[in-house]
Amino acid sequence: MPDALSHDEVAHVARLARLELEDAELETYRQQLSHVLEHVEAVRRLDTAALAPTSHPFALENVLRPDTVAPGVARDEVLAAAPAAEDGRFRVPRILGEAP
Amino acid sequence: MSAAAPFAGGAVALAAAIRRGEESARRVAEVVLEEIAGADDLLHCFNAVTSEEALRAADAVDVAVAAGRDPGPLCGVPVALKDNLCTRGVPTTCSSRILEGWRPPYDATVVSRLRKAGAVIVGKTNLDEFAMGSSTENSANGPTRNPWDTSRVPGGSSGGSAAAVAAGLVPLALGSDTGGSIRQPASLCGVVGLKPTYGLVSRYGLVAFASSLDQIGPFALRVEDAAALLEVIAGHDPADSTSLAGEVPPLAPEVGRSPAGLRVGVVADFLVDASPACADAVRRGADALVAAGAAVEDVAIPELLHGLSAYYLIAPAEASSNLARYDGVRYGLRVDADDVATMNARTRSKGFGAEVKRRIMLGTYVLSAGYYDAYYAQAQRVRTLIMDAFRRAYERFDVLLAPTSPSVAFPIGAKSDPLEMYLSDLFTIPSNLAGHPAVSVPFALGEENLPVGVQVLAPALGEPAMLRVAGALERAAAPDARGPVRPHGAGAGR
Repeated sequence: MPDALSHDEVAHVARLARLELEDAELETYRQQLSHVLEHVEAVRRLDTAALAPTSHPFALENVLRPDTVAPGVARDEVLAAAPAAEDGRFRVPRILGEAP
Repeated sequence: MSAAAPFAGGAVALAAAIRRGEESARRVAEVVLEEIAGADDLLHCFNAVTSEEALRAADAVDVAVAAGRDPGPLCGVPVALKDNLCTRGVPTTCSSRILEGWRPPYDATVVSRLRKAGAVIVGKTNLDEFAMGSSTENSANGPTRNPWDTSRVPGGSSGGSAAAVAAGLVPLALGSDTGGSIRQPASLCGVVGLKPTYGLVSRYGLVAFASSLDQIGPFALRVEDAAALLEVIAGHDPADSTSLAGEVPPLAPEVGRSPAGLRVGVVADFLVDASPACADAVRRGADALVAAGAAVEDVAIPELLHGLSAYYLIAPAEASSNLARYDGVRYGLRVDADDVATMNARTRSKGFGAEVKRRIMLGTYVLSAGYYDAYYAQAQRVRTLIMDAFRRAYERFDVLLAPTSPSVAFPIGAKSDPLEMYLSDLFTIPSNLAGHPAVSVPFALGEENLPVGVQVLAPALGEPAMLRVAGALERAAAPDARGPVRPHGAGAGR
């Protein structure tokens, strides 16, 4: 039986996932995620030492193609779907701590 | 019912009638749009109905036919698309607030292939947000209702597509299947739902959920129609690096071939966890295959039961990575803030629903420092265990037979505990983990007179044998176990 997740662990995961959650939400997720982890405990205990991990149904290989010019999606159409754009680029709020 | 009238004989027959000029694509589109308008306030299969585009496409088909050209194999056939397939200029929301109003600047490859085949796209169907769910209740637009009993779910996540076909609103629809999201709603709605071999159908333009598992596939009322739609969407696409090379063999002709001589294994481990009617349908399906000349025996593959736990570590891990792109920068919702990190977090917190957040949290946790080996890497080894078990089974059998879902359609709101909902996918998940094809065929009426599907599983690229068996099951099925059905409440009968 694994230890249930703590409030701090769930808050840390939310930060990693770029989610802002209220305390009540964090508590709900703490309980629900603990429950799921409890369920997967049987699989965690399987002896898999002799098995290689599978990341994909079949072995992936690099796929190459001739480097020829072909029409792509128009930049303006892509930018038109963005929340904010300026001078042919996506516009975002400030990234670093500099003065605005 | 009037909706079924233009395509009562199926999608393939409808295309043939339009090609011969005996039926007009315009009339069919008008009937379909009228039926959707009449039924969808109640059922809510559609996030968007693209009436103008549909009528334009139908007119183009009629013009081509009048000029003596063949518009293609799906000549004038109306098709609905799950709303996680990109459609140029038409909103593609994944039933999420975070993509509200986004109009993709390109078509998914399956959408271009449908257009080239003469299909008439009539709208985008409801789903569990980002395809995460088994009931179509996790939608920012509200739940879809099951036409067999409108107080129940259609299953999910492709519930809108399944219910639209079941109600006779469209003869064909596309869904996506990451852990059962085509097959389980097909079973719950009394329609055919097929998940192809991983890589057979291009995912270019499918909004990604779990990239090592996602696959696009067809819904139809008949196995032959599902196979015909698969033939149109299958095939290599240079725009998807996981797309398989090689020609796709003709699939629709397999449906009518006898299953005599095929070796069929009944996955005995699954019958224990299925409802009495769901297990009984598999037994009766097996009997029908024996009568048709197949060699059927039980097989124990207990490793498959570990699939659910492995899946609920792998799929959220991949989802947490795939959904990192929704950050308020390039598309959809932005909640403004003074700095970009706060903007990212506020946008995601407002834009994602509860289940999506739950899976992102779970995935982020199992990938985080200190837990990666214990959870994610272990799940990947269990994935190998399951693939090895399948490989051994397919040395002895051409296909496997199993229930699709553990139960018939359940009432809306009945499964509030996430883990209980996840158990809906117990029998469908192993095929996704292995990249194998599987199809659910409506076979019987079960508990509460609701439809029950039987699942046929096959090894990679085993679609031909799988379709032979699916066709034989269809011929032996109870005729009242599949749609179209007029939407009604509990116990009102058809």
